[in-house]
Amino acid sequence: MSDVASNPMRDAIANAISENPVLLFMKGTPDAPACGFSARTVAILQQLDVPFAAVDILPDPRIRQELSGLSGWPTIPQLFADGELIGGCDIVVEMYESGELQEALGLEGASGLEAPEAAASEPAPLAIENRL
Amino acid sequence: MVDPGELKQRIEAGIPGARADVSGDGHHFEAVVEATAFDGLSRIARHKLVYDVFGAELGDRIHALSIKTKIPETEETR
Repeated sequence: MSDVASNPMRDAIANAISENPVLLFMKGTPDAPACGFSARTVAILQQLDVPFAAVDILPDPRIRQELSGLSGWPTIPQLFADGELIGGCDIVVEMYESGELQEALGLEGASGLEAPEAAASEPAPLAIENRL
Repeated sequence: MVDPGELKQRIEAGIPGARADVSGDGHHFEAVVEATAFDGLSRIARHKLVYDVFGAELGDRIHALSIKTKIPETEETR
């Protein structure tokens, strides 16, 4: 129903997902989460000491709309690793507790992880707080 | 305010063979859903089945829904 032609917001989200090895869409920022589920997910990533990028979806309602359209996932937060949706808070917690999250994030012997530079040269419609 | 009992009923009606326990304060809910339909599905696919029951009401009328999914124990898995 919606215009399938040019959609800069959707493109920016898709690019962010493919360019950031670990990317969290959340309400608020890692330092100031605006929702308990986002806070919990951030806490787990910080606990694992995994570098991650974060996008605050609150400043623009289109972010959430386009993100959910792309991922097919209706709620926030949404954690992506290597371009794939891992899940929301419940799944992240479950996988953390079972050790699967560490595996999905490539944390086993992950000392050689390269932190790619997410060069944000142009002003993007998405503010990505880079934690890499 | 949304009654947790309504969510329970709708999950059980929407996912064949599902049994749900739902608690909540009228805005935030926790659901434990057990269904044979989850067998063989990834966590994401299981959660999506539950989300699909509510569609656009999620984040709106139903402010937050926390989900735990299980596959019922059968004779073989025991």
